[in-house]
Amino acid sequence: MKKMTSRDKTYWAIIIPVLILFFTFNTLPMIKGFIYSFTNYRGYGTYEYVGFRNYIDLFSDARVGKSYLFTFKYALAGTVLVNVLSLIMALGLNSRIRFKSALRGIYFIPNVLGGLVIGYIFSFLFTYIIPAVGEALNIGWLQNSILASEKNAWIGVLIVGVWQAVAMNTIIYISGLQTVPDDVYEACMLDGANKWTEFFKVTLPLVVPFITINLVLSTKNLLMVFDQIMSLTKGGPAQSTESISYLIYKNGMDGGQFGFQSANAVIFFIVIVAISIFQMTVLGKKEEQL
Amino acid sequence: MKKDTRINWVLTILLVIGTITVFFPLYMAFIIAFKKSSEMTNDVAGALAFPAHWSLDNFRQAMVVTDFWHSLGNSLLITLATIGLAILIHSVAGYAIGRNMAKRKSFRIIYLYIVSGMFVPFSILMMPLVKQTAQMGLGNRLGVILLYLVFYMPMNILLYTGYLKNIPVVLEEAAGIDGANTWRTYWKIIFPMMSPMHATVAVLTALGTWNDVMTPLVIMAGTGENTLPLAQLNFQTQFGTNYNLAFASYILSLIPILIFYIVCQKQILSGVANGAVKG
Repeated sequence: MKKMTSRDKTYWAIIIPVLILFFTFNTLPMIKGFIYSFTNYRGYGTYEYVGFRNYIDLFSDARVGKSYLFTFKYALAGTVLVNVLSLIMALGLNSRIRFKSALRGIYFIPNVLGGLVIGYIFSFLFTYIIPAVGEALNIGWLQNSILASEKNAWIGVLIVGVWQAVAMNTIIYISGLQTVPDDVYEACMLDGANKWTEFFKVTLPLVVPFITINLVLSTKNLLMVFDQIMSLTKGGPAQSTESISYLIYKNGMDGGQFGFQSANAVIFFIVIVAISIFQMTVLGKKEEQL
Repeated sequence: MKKDTRINWVLTILLVIGTITVFFPLYMAFIIAFKKSSEMTNDVAGALAFPAHWSLDNFRQAMVVTDFWHSLGNSLLITLATIGLAILIHSVAGYAIGRNMAKRKSFRIIYLYIVSGMFVPFSILMMPLVKQTAQMGLGNRLGVILLYLVFYMPMNILLYTGYLKNIPVVLEEAAGIDGANTWRTYWKIIFPMMSPMHATVAVLTALGTWNDVMTPLVIMAGTGENTLPLAQLNFQTQFGTNYNLAFASYILSLIPILIFYIVCQKQILSGVANGAVKG
């Protein structure tokens, strides 16, 4: 083996403690979680190894199934809404308007505020203000709180999630739009392309890398929804808005399902990685270089 | 060809009107926080009209109920310590990795190992971490800070190693000839040169940790300590149906981050954009 120079020693002296820290609080708990997922551990007391039992049970557990259904429905609708809305917002905020920086600043506010408190504020809005408006205007379907409806409560959670996420993605799309050089648009105008063709044939293909970033980011964040559930619905009514993260927290920490929810978390992890990789490879192929 | 520089007023007006979607929920929270319970009638005006008197009573009471200053202190301590340590530790780690990645497989593997941590959701770590931190005596504020340092490490290392590519190695080699060792070269030359990235890292880490609920909720449970969001969660039952008190407390918890945003808006917006683009 080569003798280490003093420079190399410094590098390793830096990196080894960092690696130990990372391993201790990231890799080690992950391995432990994986091991627990093969046990019937309740979070206290003794436990036994049960093989793949938890994984088999996961697929027949109605409550887990329901939480996956809610989370996917929420993340899918959310991702589409967030990206369409924030692309429109970014186009608006990147065009020739007055008060440009003030408006950009204002539209980002929802993202700096915490999801929990925002959830409480919207909860009041959904429970009291909107039904009162419905009453005043005599609109039947507005008179009951959306959060009390088993069928529609998820839309209430979605509105809050989208309200916060659009702020973030808009900023990223704006920086994407700024990478498109002016002469591309000038060439478009000379060719006589109208605004729609310009957008779909020129702008959109050039910002694909930013679409990739935004899709991956928003899907991942929406899949992990927790704070808004905590303050808006606590998973209700009738467990119709229980997200996967919320279920793992609730039943894993307090419900005596430590082992079972560990298995759920392992599957959840695999799902997130698979979706992210899928998005990156599919969109990676569509990227165009100028 | 002359460039079209006319201002699009229709769009401007639409976008100005659109800010209602941002301001309305905040306006409502603000108005309710100033009202007396008796002013809350069941119609729209009851909640949205100006209060009869602008009184700070609700805020005073909310501060007592939620132990506001203490929670604020905890939030500040956790966020500032995380940012400070992240800038020191993640930047130097990013440097060690970034300068060796091209030549050596070992560092490339370390890089991929840490950065792939970005895909690990907190849910899978949560339950084992609660046990582990309790056993290590870290079920407290220090534990939360350490965990944040680990959770933000993948993103920050990615950002720092990316930024390092723009700083030519020649600078360090020149310093090396002058007899400065690697450690000193880093702090004297490279660390100051990475300031734009320090700002980005600080902003992203601050936004993530300040509003986080889940980590302090499970790790600090039982210590009696609260962060600002945690106090809202834990005192929710004490507010009962006194919405005015609850909203005063919500407004109080939003004020610090709003002030930070107003003061550092430029850095925050460019930080978020930078972070996403590099990441």
